[in-house]
Amino acid sequence: MPMTLVLDGVSKKVGAATHIDDVHLNLERGSLNVLLGATLAGKTSLMRLMAGLDAPTSGRILVDGQDVTGWPVQRRSVAMVYQQFINYPSLDVYENIASPLRVARLPKAEIDARVREAAKLLKLEPYLDRKPLNLSGGQQQRTAIARALVKRADLVLLDEPLANLDYKLREELREELPRVFAASGAVFVYATTEPSEALLLGGNTATLFQGRVTQFGPTPQVYRRPDDLITARVFSDPPLNTMTVRKSGGSAILSTGAEINATGPLASVADGEYTIGFRAHHLTLEPTGPDGISIPAIVSVSEITGSESYVHLDASEHRLVALIPGVRRLEPKSPVTVHIDPRHLFLFNMAGRLAVTDPAQKAA
Amino acid sequence: MTKTVNNKAWVFVLPVFAIVAFSAVLPLMTVVNYSVQDTFGNNQFFWNGIGWFQELLDPSTELGGRFFGALWRTLLFSAIILMIEVPLGIAVALAMPREGWTVALCLVLMALPLLIPWNVVGTIWQVFARGDIGLLGWTLNHLGIDYNYSNDPIDAWVTLVVMDVWHWTSLVALLCYAGLKSIPDAYYQAARIDGASRWAVFRTIQLPKMRRVLLIAVLLRFMDSFMIYTEPFVITGGGPGNATTFLSIDLVKLALGQFDLGKAAAMSLVYNLIILAICWVFYTVMTNVDAQRERVEA
Amino acid sequence: MARITLDHLAHAYRPDPHTADDYALKEINHVWSQGGAYALLGPSGCGKTTLLNIISGLVRPTRGRVLFDDLDVTDLATEARNIAQVFQFPVVYDTMSVRENLAFPLKNRHVPRDRTAQRVEEIARLLDLTRVLDRKASNLTADMKQKISLGRGLVRPDVAAILFDEPLTVIDPHLKWQLRSTLKEIHRALDITMIYVTHDQTEALTFADKVVVMHDGAVVQTGTPDELFERPAHTFVGHFIGSPGMNILPCRVEGATAFIGDQTVALQRTYRPPYGERMELGIRPEFVRLQPRGTGLPVRIRRIDDIGRARIARVEMSGRALAASVPDGISFDGDEAALALDPRQIHIYANGHLVSGESIDGGRA
Repeated sequence: MPMTLVLDGVSKKVGAATHIDDVHLNLERGSLNVLLGATLAGKTSLMRLMAGLDAPTSGRILVDGQDVTGWPVQRRSVAMVYQQFINYPSLDVYENIASPLRVARLPKAEIDARVREAAKLLKLEPYLDRKPLNLSGGQQQRTAIARALVKRADLVLLDEPLANLDYKLREELREELPRVFAASGAVFVYATTEPSEALLLGGNTATLFQGRVTQFGPTPQVYRRPDDLITARVFSDPPLNTMTVRKSGGSAILSTGAEINATGPLASVADGEYTIGFRAHHLTLEPTGPDGISIPAIVSVSEITGSESYVHLDASEHRLVALIPGVRRLEPKSPVTVHIDPRHLFLFNMAGRLAVTDPAQKAA
Repeated sequence: MTKTVNNKAWVFVLPVFAIVAFSAVLPLMTVVNYSVQDTFGNNQFFWNGIGWFQELLDPSTELGGRFFGALWRTLLFSAIILMIEVPLGIAVALAMPREGWTVALCLVLMALPLLIPWNVVGTIWQVFARGDIGLLGWTLNHLGIDYNYSNDPIDAWVTLVVMDVWHWTSLVALLCYAGLKSIPDAYYQAARIDGASRWAVFRTIQLPKMRRVLLIAVLLRFMDSFMIYTEPFVITGGGPGNATTFLSIDLVKLALGQFDLGKAAAMSLVYNLIILAICWVFYTVMTNVDAQRERVEA
Repeated sequence: MARITLDHLAHAYRPDPHTADDYALKEINHVWSQGGAYALLGPSGCGKTTLLNIISGLVRPTRGRVLFDDLDVTDLATEARNIAQVFQFPVVYDTMSVRENLAFPLKNRHVPRDRTAQRVEEIARLLDLTRVLDRKASNLTADMKQKISLGRGLVRPDVAAILFDEPLTVIDPHLKWQLRSTLKEIHRALDITMIYVTHDQTEALTFADKVVVMHDGAVVQTGTPDELFERPAHTFVGHFIGSPGMNILPCRVEGATAFIGDQTVALQRTYRPPYGERMELGIRPEFVRLQPRGTGLPVRIRRIDDIGRARIARVEMSGRALAASVPDGISFDGDEAALALDPRQIHIYANGHLVSGESIDGGRA
């Protein structure tokens, strides 16, 4: 039977504040699970509950069907990696990685084999006899990750492990981590604030907002088919563009005042008020076809990354972001019309739930 | 931050409960028992109700008079040493080096007075301040200053205050130093860029960041000074007259000197309650500061 | 208001530097003109923070001078230079309100009260802080605090330059967008030189008109974001800018042909070696398209990453790893495919440095 970690209606209250609110999750062995949410959304609180560092106020935590709620962390098989690079400064990399095995009193040969295996996986072989403080941040964090892996714990928790690293080192480790995780058989839980990181890591993603898991599923699916507005917002970088729209019959009026044809997901819903959401890279400066929605706007700022341009726009009260390929130097305060293919719209009802799950919708 | 509830922990706490019960609760109960009775010796006790307490808290009686006298002296002593040691401690902490080998040297030198047993501190100063053989007393007298701590109440007070400042200022300074060390460099750089004066840096950065450790320092120094016994007992014995008879000294006189167990018990209970009340006030203030900080961080 | 000149500037933390390796910052000559937005970009330990500290006056350089306009400020203390700085972790004065925080630099300089009040209101409006002016600064979120730090610099009418030391590190991704565009707008609204230090290429490229890329204590390239992207002068720049970075492939060059392993790639320019021992071909993943097998250089697909708005393929060509972009709507069965390289975007590097070669018709570029 595959090892599973099940959170069954887990809540955590501290005083009057609810840190975790009725979370149901089912995590399987060998899987990588990303907790995506802003600072204070509850990522760390949830990890502490999974690890057994905190006990939930209500709900159950099951490992392989066995109720472990309230078990202290020492009785569980857990390893953790933090944002800060936590290593023993007086021990060399080899001994740092070996330390949990020494505590477990494993035979010497076994320890050596496991340490070398982990060091190889994380490309630490040349540094085994160095002290952590003489290593770069990336190597220090690799050491911490190797130590977490070498235990062969059932559950490995990584709390924003790359946040303190340089951009390029982050990129490098991010690319390697899925391979490292796949080689182990544990349940991996990885907290991050960055949507792009979740996408690069793949696996499953749980979006967190104010202590609630708003959606959980395979990462690309959560990204492409968010169930509600909050999930779409949490899982968008640049931020999700939103507007309200009032549909009546074959047409609809945007909150900017513009009238559009009720096409795309708007075609199949009842008359009334909705929120539309769309991502920055779906906005274009060129018309998208006969059905396309055009939004007149004023350029606020354009940011050029070298290969792409982020254009910040003001459309009446709304601040929109468009990601345009290539270098586009648009003068601030100049008028511009942006276009969007209605197939790329997310349509939410006023309660914030996805209003239509159009199977033809291809929001890529 | 909350921790897992681990029931095993209680097993480790049990011995503490047992020790506290024997060393504090049982004696305290005995004291409560004494405080409501009178005795003429021979272990014969008579019920006296709250008589002792009434007498104690009425300044017009003999017992009440000496109690309030001692209480005011003790409060005055605590107030004086706090007013000297806290600003002085802060000043010393600010003047200490931040890095280099001098840091360790300073820390060791500062810690030295804290390591000396209290009765030894008393004895050192008792000898040091003597007019005939003590370096301090002898020098002062030869400079033409009339100084004699065993005759003159003012001299006795000055001696005790100076001794306490010598003994304990470094505690305040070390605590403040720890608080100062936790301020990131960026704050000082920002203040320089903002053109802040030395005084503005102190008021807007250093003092706010030291607030918590200062509260702890004030609490510790208040409690210690309010309960001071050994040093005045060794140096002045509470004299001249009753000039330096603090509550603790008076209590011992009453209980062991005169064997007025009932009165002494009542006095010690009231003494105890005063300390508890003041600690509670401090605790409330400190937790409020903490709560404020947590709101900030959330 | 100032032009900032770095004149033969170099710095070593050890007292007696001899070799180039002893220098944390190797000799640099540079002019930042008044009112520009600049970024210093590089990995940690590349010397960018040292350079920033020299400009702000926290570090005195071992050699060379720093000039603000024509004034030599090398020996001036931080407070005597008209600069402001925003730090990685927000610095606010906890006990003061936002208004008092913003007024603090003016109060220290004895600016009249009504002038201060007016200036604080102006800056608060600019930074969208008006509605929190009377709140305690310590109770605000990290992005608000960073705005306050910035505001304390902007409020001074005499400020010549504002230095940013990785100011978005502790800000959540969503708020980063807002804060970044606020910075841009401020820079447009006010005529102030801004220097932004970061390891994050997106932050550097989006913020700055000109980016200085640093590596190992030296400047490797200075240019506009599109120059850095399109014509990296050094393989390090190619690797460091772009996500994923440039594909760098060891090659052999003869005339207008590059040989990578047993594959040949036609070039648009001719090259006449020897330039150096190590020849490399560089091309960005954006200009490498993954196509069905048989339509270009044969490769083996290792993995295809779906990064949301695009797909990136990790492929192997003659034992070398490459990243390539996957066009929309195309799918592959099996792991065999082909690459098409955009010939205009191929660059040749000798010992890490870009060599421009000659255009096919003979003229030098």
